[in-house]
Amino acid sequence: MLEIKGLRANIGENEILKGIDLTVNKGEIHAVMGPNGSGKSTLAQVIAGHPAYEVTAGSVTYDGQDLLDMEPEERAQAGIFLAFQYPVEIPGVTNAYFLRSAYNAVRKARGEEEVDPLEFLDVMEEKMKLVDMDPSMLNRSVNAGFSGGEKKRNEIVQLAVLNPRLAILDETDSGLDIDALRIVADGVNKLRTPEKSAIVVTHYQRLLNYIVPDFVHVLAGGRIVKSGGKELALELEEHGYDWIQNEQSAAGAGSRA
Amino acid sequence: MTQPETAVDHYVGMFESLDHAEAGGAGELRRRAMDRFAGLGFPTMKNEDWHYTSVAPIATRSFNRTGSPTSLSAGELDQYLFDSPDWTRLVFVDGWLAPELSSVHDHPGVQISDLSSMLREGGKVPQLGTIADHETVAFTALNTALMQDGAVITVAGNVEVAQPIHLVFLSAHPVPQAASFPRNLVVLEKGARATVIESYVGLRDESYLTVSVTEIALGEGARLEHIKVQNESAGAFHVATIQARQERDSDLHSFSYASGAELSRTNVNTLLDGSGSSCTMNGMYMVSGSQHVDHQTSIEHAQPNTTSREIYKGILDGHSHGVFNGKVYVRPEAQKTDGKQSNNNLLLSDHARVDTKPQLEIFADDVKCTHGATVGRLDEVALFYMKSRGLDAEQARTLLIYAFAADVLEEITVKPVKDALEAAVFARVRGGKLEMASD
Amino acid sequence: MSTAIESLVNREYQYGFVTEVEADTIPRGLNEDVVRAIAAKKDEPEWMVEWRLKAYRRWLTMTEPHWPNVTYGPIDYQDMIYYSAPKSVKPLASLDEVDPELLRTYEKLGISLTEQKFLAGVAVDAIFDSVSVGTTFKEELGKQGIIFCSFGEAIQSHPDLVQKYLGTVVPHSDNFFAALNAAVFSDGSFCYVPKGVKCPMELSTYFRINAADTGQFERTLIVAEEGSSVSYLEGCTAPKRSGNQLHAAVVELVALDNASIKYSTVQNWYAGDAEGVGGIYNFVTKRGKCVGVNSKISWTQVETGSAITWKYPSVILQGDNSTGEFYSVAVVNNRQQADTGTKMIHIGKNTKSTIISKGISAGRGNNSYRGQVKVMPRATGARNYTQCDSMLIGNECGAHTFPYIEVQNDSAMVEHEASTSKIGEDQIFYCKQRGLNAEHAISIIVSGFCKEVFQNLPMEFAVEAQQLLGISLEGSVG
Repeated sequence: MLEIKGLRANIGENEILKGIDLTVNKGEIHAVMGPNGSGKSTLAQVIAGHPAYEVTAGSVTYDGQDLLDMEPEERAQAGIFLAFQYPVEIPGVTNAYFLRSAYNAVRKARGEEEVDPLEFLDVMEEKMKLVDMDPSMLNRSVNAGFSGGEKKRNEIVQLAVLNPRLAILDETDSGLDIDALRIVADGVNKLRTPEKSAIVVTHYQRLLNYIVPDFVHVLAGGRIVKSGGKELALELEEHGYDWIQNEQSAAGAGSRA
Repeated sequence: MTQPETAVDHYVGMFESLDHAEAGGAGELRRRAMDRFAGLGFPTMKNEDWHYTSVAPIATRSFNRTGSPTSLSAGELDQYLFDSPDWTRLVFVDGWLAPELSSVHDHPGVQISDLSSMLREGGKVPQLGTIADHETVAFTALNTALMQDGAVITVAGNVEVAQPIHLVFLSAHPVPQAASFPRNLVVLEKGARATVIESYVGLRDESYLTVSVTEIALGEGARLEHIKVQNESAGAFHVATIQARQERDSDLHSFSYASGAELSRTNVNTLLDGSGSSCTMNGMYMVSGSQHVDHQTSIEHAQPNTTSREIYKGILDGHSHGVFNGKVYVRPEAQKTDGKQSNNNLLLSDHARVDTKPQLEIFADDVKCTHGATVGRLDEVALFYMKSRGLDAEQARTLLIYAFAADVLEEITVKPVKDALEAAVFARVRGGKLEMASD
Repeated sequence: MSTAIESLVNREYQYGFVTEVEADTIPRGLNEDVVRAIAAKKDEPEWMVEWRLKAYRRWLTMTEPHWPNVTYGPIDYQDMIYYSAPKSVKPLASLDEVDPELLRTYEKLGISLTEQKFLAGVAVDAIFDSVSVGTTFKEELGKQGIIFCSFGEAIQSHPDLVQKYLGTVVPHSDNFFAALNAAVFSDGSFCYVPKGVKCPMELSTYFRINAADTGQFERTLIVAEEGSSVSYLEGCTAPKRSGNQLHAAVVELVALDNASIKYSTVQNWYAGDAEGVGGIYNFVTKRGKCVGVNSKISWTQVETGSAITWKYPSVILQGDNSTGEFYSVAVVNNRQQADTGTKMIHIGKNTKSTIISKGISAGRGNNSYRGQVKVMPRATGARNYTQCDSMLIGNECGAHTFPYIEVQNDSAMVEHEASTSKIGEDQIFYCKQRGLNAEHAISIIVSGFCKEVFQNLPMEFAVEAQQLLGISLEGSVG
């Protein structure tokens, strides 16, 4: 479904991604872990097409299409969803209006009928239950005045409504207490189907107790330095990121010898 | 409002009577400025910059430039000074340097001279007249034509002057309707740091006029703390302009305090002409009786990543009239400008009046600019709260007025000045009312 | 702007068509004979002619003001046509008699003058160039004693009311353009709501400039008697023409004890093309007077059209406890210029005013908020809150804020806040990541920015205003 090859990306003068290779197949969940500053959020943003990042080398294909050639909204319409680490506030625009606009834009791109506000309300009611969201949130401005936990839950409501094929969760667990984490993870799990894939970007292993990945990749210094199954996350939890970095430098020293 | 023909002619005549030696190295500059003043005349209230301040009281009187300072003994000054012996102090009496009252501490890399002797020796003063606008601003033109004396301060690159330099302008004119025209120039070269304080004080109650101009040039990374304290006596008319030009990463901290004069107008303007430059422009005015106090500030963001912060506070009692006009301009190239401005006014009397015009003019899209203005009286709820804690009404009012002023006075980094101004506020606020400054 | 924001194509101004009608037009130029000719066309009584002449003579002594933050070439007042009316319009005719060509024009503008078809609950006075084409629901309103008719008709049928209130809020000598209007105004709407009556429907005037080279000078007078209330809407469009046309209207509102008037405008005059050729000069004097105690006047405006907009809908808060409100969205794109805001003059005790202004600048437009809050010495307990926010889209436009706060009473509380910001790249990216294109993203963010104003518009107008805003900003990013 998603194939990343040799991806390099800069922000300004700084190279953040220094050659990423990653393949995500239908139905798979990949966890991308790594210390702060390793480039994991950058990877998520580049897949979504954030204009601040410049791709300098490599390719990303999505269902055979050149993803890097697509505008962010085309990627979204093609079924890529990014749950933001820091969801953006849009004062004065209600969640209901925002989400219906997005929902209809995605439907229109798929050649489906747009829905009217009443039909949309039905869609929303069901999805909001997924993450235990109060219906009054529909009339509040997008993320404005939301607590950290509410913002993250709101991302998952949007995920549920827009029903993407590839979901990217960028540190969705950060800033959540354990109850909120469980609610969010439950929501994600309920949306899981064999047709859909996800990339879960996280610093901590604890989210992966709830959203169990098929593969775990460790990102450090802009490269994937280790990949494995879900047990790799537990090892990381136990030994910390230094363990990987030490292992890397040991391997590096060895190869020079 | 028409002004008498003679108002301008009077000053033209005064200019013509300057002797050649006195005009000195600035003869051409003076001539040009006089021509401009004659062309401009005194501003009227139709001029947007003078919308709320009538200069008729100045234009209809014939003030005369004094030729020499009144002789004073050091003891007569003490009550007006808040400096300490290790500060450099230049005292100008009636516009002229009084060497016997001044003391200059030598500091490597620092040149402090008086303008009049520099010009008298036929010398040129680099940058003089290149920063303040004598082409379109009448009072700057008038000062430039008739400038007497003042400090010329140059601080060499990366030199830090730890002790403040205090410029004291005393008016002790023995005759009424006297005028002085102080002129200062402060140049901080790359990375230099200094503190300059200007105090304006009047010793007599007769009406007199002060028209001053201070030009400031800040080189790359230079930092100037500039404080102006206006404590003119009750009959004074005071028009002052402080005009700065800032190169990259330089920082100007300006504070303007005004509590004296029958009519005062202070212009504080800066051009943020280098990327990363910043300014803090604060001020406080406190007037009563029939005083009129006007502040006009202009911050021009001309380059990217420039920052400005501005807080002006006013306390008005009696029949006084306060005016604030703060302009913030952001030029198209000044992306990432960050500007904040506020003006808060406290009215203590139902006859006091305030006109405020905070103004934003923005031509760049990636900026964060806010401004705010408030006018109000003491918070009834806070007064009640304090009384319920046992304070009497006068104490409560005094404390609240003081608290209103305190947060902007807090910003003054030169402690003796801060203490002196705090004391001045306390001294003047008695029983929750403002006493006249000269009392 | 970010390269990610694709350039958008300008959509045509959809109201730019011209109606072919035979017009009764007086020759170009202005003098006392022209003033008399306009009065004669309208068969006006002598007192009205005298009032016009008095204004004209005053106007001759005045000079065109140039203090706003706008620039334009000189206006030749002798090269303008001051009266043009479709020949088919008969004074005081019923709606059944309206020229079908004119009805079609209004249909195209989305305004049906056939009562059965028109939005229930909105009565319309349709003004075409210098005359009123017709007024709907007149009879139904008449049952409650509400007078809603063209100004011309009011002069004939209700001279006592017109004489009592005309010029009491905006005197004939008020300013250059108000004096010009008083001399040559051709029509407009008149509305009178009697004591205790709550007007059961929205009243609306739709202004259409059609003829070339004419100035439009209409005059509106609304009087709300004690305890009454009325909500009034105003819309405006004009054909695309390469010359500039002057629109110098005057609106006077009078609210007596406990009365309330809500006046909403969606202004969509032709704005000129992308290079600034053509468009309407919209120089308008709008003022309301809260004469009575507890009265209220509320202005809401959405200004998207006109090459130059220059207007300050104001409230004189004379009655104790009276309230004035001003809610404004002003959008400039391409070469448009707007200098708009309000004046709140607090005279009575415990008077309150609220000002919410949202300015959006795009293209090479310049947008100025200019507002005066004046608290007079006797206005004990006066309160004002002002918030004016500006948003810039692109780097060739300007946003300016000129508040004038003048307080002469120590018990007053006046607060002014203003901010300027850009649309966040992050906000746009967030919207795009949810599948919205750049144009849609900006329109959503901008309508969020303007929400506090839109929610004060009557519902039918709110929808139109939001759509207009989207259209006005097209092509502004890229």
